[in-house]
Amino acid sequence: MKRLILWAPLALFLIFMITVAVGLYAPADRKITSRLIGKPVPEFALEPAVASHPTLSSADLKRGEPRLVNLFASWCVPCIAEAPQLLELKRRGIPIDAIAIRDRPQDVAAFLAKWGDPYQRIASDPNTQVQIALGSSGVPETFVVDGRGVIRYQHIGDIRPEQVPEIVRAYEAAR
Amino acid sequence: MIAEAGLAALWLAAALSLLQLCLGAASLRPAGEALLPTVRPVAIAQAVLVGLAFLLLIQLFLRTDLSVKLVAANSHSAKPWLYKFAGTWGNHEGSMLLWVAILGVAGGAVALLERRLNERTAIATLAAQAAIGLGFYAFLLFASNPFERLNPAPAQGLGLNPLLQDPGLAFHPPTLYLGYVGISVAFSFAVGALITRDVGPAFARAMRPWVLGSWVFLTLGITAGSYWAYYELGWGGWWFWDPVENASLMPWLAATALLHSVTVLATRDSLRAWTVMLAVVAFSMSMVGTFLVRSGILTSVHAFAVDPQRGAFILILLAFYIGGALTLFGMRVHTVKEGATFEAVSREGALVANNLLLSAILGVVLVGTLYPLGVEAMTGEKLSVGPPYFNAAAGPIALALVVVMAAGPLIKWRRDKARDLLKRLAVPVMLSAGALLLVLLLAPGVSILPFLGLVLAAGVAAASLAPLWGRNLRRTPLFTWGMVVAHLGIAVSLAGMAAESAFTEEKLVAARVGETVKVGPYSIHFGAADPVAGPNWTAIEAKLTARRGDGEPFVLKPQARMFNSPPTETSEAAIATSLGGGQLYTVLGKSDGQGRWQLRLWWKPAVTLIWLGGGLIALGGLLSIIGRVRRERRAGLREAYA
Repeated sequence: MKRLILWAPLALFLIFMITVAVGLYAPADRKITSRLIGKPVPEFALEPAVASHPTLSSADLKRGEPRLVNLFASWCVPCIAEAPQLLELKRRGIPIDAIAIRDRPQDVAAFLAKWGDPYQRIASDPNTQVQIALGSSGVPETFVVDGRGVIRYQHIGDIRPEQVPEIVRAYEAAR
Repeated sequence: MIAEAGLAALWLAAALSLLQLCLGAASLRPAGEALLPTVRPVAIAQAVLVGLAFLLLIQLFLRTDLSVKLVAANSHSAKPWLYKFAGTWGNHEGSMLLWVAILGVAGGAVALLERRLNERTAIATLAAQAAIGLGFYAFLLFASNPFERLNPAPAQGLGLNPLLQDPGLAFHPPTLYLGYVGISVAFSFAVGALITRDVGPAFARAMRPWVLGSWVFLTLGITAGSYWAYYELGWGGWWFWDPVENASLMPWLAATALLHSVTVLATRDSLRAWTVMLAVVAFSMSMVGTFLVRSGILTSVHAFAVDPQRGAFILILLAFYIGGALTLFGMRVHTVKEGATFEAVSREGALVANNLLLSAILGVVLVGTLYPLGVEAMTGEKLSVGPPYFNAAAGPIALALVVVMAAGPLIKWRRDKARDLLKRLAVPVMLSAGALLLVLLLAPGVSILPFLGLVLAAGVAAASLAPLWGRNLRRTPLFTWGMVVAHLGIAVSLAGMAAESAFTEEKLVAARVGETVKVGPYSIHFGAADPVAGPNWTAIEAKLTARRGDGEPFVLKPQARMFNSPPTETSEAAIATSLGGGQLYTVLGKSDGQGRWQLRLWWKPAVTLIWLGGGLIALGGLLSIIGRVRRERRAGLREAYA
């Protein structure tokens, strides 16, 4: 038994190596399509994330106009990197709503003050129920939802400047 | 010609490291005794050659020789000389050459200086060091040649990333690298001692100055990097739990654990296998850190331009070295005899607690850093693990560690009585209680971690000075001073971190010229926003006149800078430090086009204590090295005369 423990570090290291090697050799195009695409958004009603914005519910996503739903968090560094691109999308007239994941009102307010506020409605998802229901496991993520509440597109990770046209195309296609 | 000479020096150094490895291995064989004396000179020659190669690369950057690909891609003739100089290691190839150069020179230094260790163990150590070097030479020569020519040479270079054009950068990476790579010597000692089955106090004593030295450099590098990120990124934070920051924190945590366990091994001949393990882990962490940064496998503000081939190369090196060392550990460590035993309440016991807690934090950071990677490997999804995880998971462990740190130095070796210990801790405990009342009365509503931080900092500061009580200060050994200063530094840094997160005030305003904004105790008058120009940038500079109550007004000039090559915007924060160590931190943001400017203003009381503490920790390490080396030298002389 004692002899086996001495090999534990090596075993842990092998697990690390395998994870990393998979990460390194995963295809460079890491686009994955959600199984929820073409399906309606799950029903949800959440508290508002911050006093300055109304909350978002699944009913708000079925009002005839396509919208972006951005999952973000004030504690997430890629969300900061993504902020200018969301502002750019807002400037192009695309309505954006948000769900703040595991966040606190004062932190969300500070985040919006600091990095800009592209959002119309923001719901708070403190226990990540809706996030899980949406089939998302991380932040940031962005969904394009058409006017009938059907998910048309999912973008995983931060939206980089060169990906803005892609999002705009997905939004136009959802009209 | 310089580039060719540099490349030749690099090839020769690589060949010598192969020779060093072969000679070392051969001389350890039963009939190889005669070869033992040949290894040290080879190691020294290798150090000289690789050092020369690095100096030649610096020369190329100083001259801005654009016929060299690396210079053309990362430098520019209109750059201030300091940044040409620092540009040498502001890129992948150059920084890898610096890495290898430090590795080689450290090996040379071991060959030159290490005389007290059993000769066979010393030679095995040098062979291990050569084996590490060999892999990284191959990496440089085959996958990242810094001396590659460009034909035809371009008329002008592309320039250095403006975020990196800062005096802090000139010294931050080399300092950190000295720490990263210095710890390779501890790794090599561990491998050497495993090969010759020679783990004991002599091995610990030989390793200790190297561990302390690289730990000092790591501490300085992390402190400087934290301050650099604080003022250069303009985000007002001092630690972001960014993967690259974590990459430097993990070896530091391991090295901190190692330098304490090495003391147990040197003084009491306990924790033999554990110390060997930590030495392997510490350098493994610095290699893993290098890999994470270089492979671009994790998203980070620091990531260098990278390609997966390089990542694969480093990964193979990792597999060889870490896998090899851990295999050797598994095969050999049971032959390492159990050392001396001790009671739970004893200095050794406290140091074991220190080691376990440090390892736990290391585990937390490692898991948090790699978790996104693991999830991506399994499900293909990208996500980010942020401060809520790290603060919540590592914070409480760190506070527990600080309590152990306060008590540890006051406990006797081998065994002690819990009641006596409590008596010795009475004053620190009372101070903590005082701080508790003070915070509760003056600043109710501070959240739990900063609150505990403030309370503990007071007691820990007192406890860290306690080993000096009742001692003749002039006859107190320097390494005791070192411990006291370093532990005091932890308390100071903790106070700064807690105060920063408990009391910071932040204002974000859109202000017109002529308006006045209040933040903390300051009122700030926005006097002007004018264009200014530097050697390779233009900027809008705000003139802010700040005043604390009726005090003397002073001017702050934050800039929004636009660099020419490559075109990049950066914000240069303007910071004023108050007498009490607080800072007024100002950033100029964008204009709204209608005469209003975004201003971000922070008042951060006591924030400078964070870095002051870091400096004290490093100073403590330095005092310890000097103290230890002096004592070893004296002991060596005594032996020689006996």
